[in-house]
Amino acid sequence: MIAKCGTLYRPPADGRPGSGGVWEHSALSSYKPPKFAYRPPLELRSGERRQHTVVVVGAGPVGLTAAIDLAQRGTPVLLLDDDDTVSVGSRGICYAKRALEVLDRLGVGDACVAKGVSWNVGRTFFRDEEVYNFQLLSQPDHKRPGMINLQQYYLEEFLVERARQLAEIDLRWKNRVVSVSQSDDRVVLQVETPDGGYTLESDWLIVADGARSSIRRMLNLEVEGRIFTDRFLIADVKMQADFPAERWFWFDPPFHRGQSVLLHRQADNVWRIDFQLGWQADPEEERKPAKVIPRIRAMLGDDRLFELEWVSVYTFQCRRMSDFRHRRVLFVGDAAHQVSPFGARGANSGIQDADNLVWKLKLVIDRQAPDSLLDSYAEERQFAADENLMNSTRSTEFITPGSPASLTFRNAVLTLARKYPFARALVNSGRLSVPSILTASSLNTPDEESFGGAMFPGAPMDDAPLREAGRDLWLLDAVRDRFVLLYYAESLSAAAAAGLSALAASDLPVPLELMLIVARGGVVPVAAWRVLEDLAGRYAERYDATDGTVYLIRPDQHVSARWRRADGRRIHAALARATGSA
Amino acid sequence: MATLNTESNFKEVGKRHFRAFSPGDDFYAALIDTHRGLTDEQSAVLNARLILLLANHIGELAVLREALSIAREDL
Ligand SMILES: Cc1cc2nc3c(=O)[nH]c(=O)nc-3n(C[C@H](O)[C@H](O)[C@H](O)COP(=O)(O)OP(=O)(O)OC[C@H]3O[C@@H](n4cnc5c(N)ncnc54)[C@H](O)[C@@H]3O)c2cc1C
Repeated sequence: MIAKCGTLYRPPADGRPGSGGVWEHSALSSYKPPKFAYRPPLELRSGERRQHTVVVVGAGPVGLTAAIDLAQRGTPVLLLDDDDTVSVGSRGICYAKRALEVLDRLGVGDACVAKGVSWNVGRTFFRDEEVYNFQLLSQPDHKRPGMINLQQYYLEEFLVERARQLAEIDLRWKNRVVSVSQSDDRVVLQVETPDGGYTLESDWLIVADGARSSIRRMLNLEVEGRIFTDRFLIADVKMQADFPAERWFWFDPPFHRGQSVLLHRQADNVWRIDFQLGWQADPEEERKPAKVIPRIRAMLGDDRLFELEWVSVYTFQCRRMSDFRHRRVLFVGDAAHQVSPFGARGANSGIQDADNLVWKLKLVIDRQAPDSLLDSYAEERQFAADENLMNSTRSTEFITPGSPASLTFRNAVLTLARKYPFARALVNSGRLSVPSILTASSLNTPDEESFGGAMFPGAPMDDAPLREAGRDLWLLDAVRDRFVLLYYAESLSAAAAAGLSALAASDLPVPLELMLIVARGGVVPVAAWRVLEDLAGRYAERYDATDGTVYLIRPDQHVSARWRRADGRRIHAALARATGSA
Repeated sequence: MATLNTESNFKEVGKRHFRAFSPGDDFYAALIDTHRGLTDEQSAVLNARLILLLANHIGELAVLREALSIAREDL
């Protein structure tokens, strides 16, 4: 038996039962975390006290996303992190299609997909039989897969690399925020560094300091929800194995009776295995290699060689802050909400928080939208958080039933699932992260005409393959991060085109880019517009587009409004509404 | 003759579901919530009442016999 382990044992970061603790053992052999250089900040060198536009606290996946997005929009941003490396150990692995689309916009999508393991199929086993499997992405012709698996440290590395290319980002490692206060016109921060402390002032503060958010505490804000009384052993194992790139989930398998097990493949031949342990398990004992190795061996069922990379014992919770906005302080990611990992809704939803917030903040900073637009960030992302919390809570209840009655029903569903389709649909081994459809958002303009399909106002856009000037491209890469009017045409009169061009050039609340989508083989030349050919007819199909259909798209690629006929007045009004100026 | 429907059949009038799993999950959560805080004995009583209510609602004995027989499989 070859199972090499390091000897570094960390004391539990927060070992009190029920507090969402984590007990870790590390031996990380295949990955060497980078060390980022700390430099004494300008304020300490020169004593100067500058007013910043935006400060982001926390260079985890969510803070990095926010900072890069702001910088790409031309806003200078100061990003502070109390550490000087990426997050190591067993954390996020599954990044969903929507997060990848946002990462594409930030310039790191390709790096993540190239390094990660793409997958679409999940299988669920009960005892020794497969009872159910699912396809994440049932449609063809999307740029990104349903999910990739990638160790969180790679995601963070790629984001840090990207952040360092952007002159607008001042990224400061080993800068810990120790106090925060705000008045009507600014936020004041105290920051500690290895060279001492300094004071910062900023117009806006984005808080991305994670689940234990100290800033939340500094501002005396509560986070409420539910803690699950179960423990999970999360092991990352390096081994050669030819298991397919699929998500495998077992309820009550022969090798781990009475509990559940989850297996995922990650980059570098590292596999993630989650063992449910039960509440009675002793976390100190369970993370010892002498306990872990036999569990893995029983599961693999052969004498395959493997190395333990990292072992942690977790308890999970589902909770959120009641308000993500506190005037000039905006909470994103785990600081704002925390979910159990069954559903991969943590980082995935945090990235969408940043995606939702940044364009709004940019418009408010540039005085193109009223301050109240930021309330819609809280409104939309609290709605999304509730959906994520609900789905994660339900999955956790199914996976770790809280009472004998709940366990009886769970097992009844599983015994019926193999033969009866209705029961398969009830099997809940994790409803994996999909973006929220913001149908109730106050920024939407409700439909006045009838549309088929799923591109309701508030929906995140479906992708579609297009061609532009002989070059293939994807719809989402074409629309990127601005307000866009998509005009679908089989024909377009010169007068109509001129009318819309005049609209775009007129006094709109925000700039609007016009794009023309034509059916395959169609030619509708309009000078000064981008013309995209709907190669496979997917745009027409997914957007239920007929000659003259227009969609107004938000900078975060959500549908804002749509009509069967373009009408300048209505477009103007919808744009005002989408920017909070209606 | 009426037969037992074993395809997924949960729905809610007036509610638009964006994800196929949502109505089934809504039902399942309501079921588990109804049991919350009960003793095992009380849960058994609740289940018995629930079956009687639903059986009466279905009414058609052919359908009910089919369900009874499937429920007993492998026991
Ligand atoms: C076992 C496990 C599996 C998971 N699996 C998935 C998954 O498959 N998919 C998924 O999407 N999510 C998953 N998650 C969740 C995911 O890891 C988190 O949602 C994600 O890390 C949140 O990112 P964040 O940027 O909000 O916070 P964090 O990643 O926690 O980053 C916070 C940053 O802030 C810094 N910081 C904290 N306080 C201060 C301060 N006072 N001053 C300066 N800096 C500070 C920290 O050093 C850190 O760098 C999983 C989590 C666990 C535990």
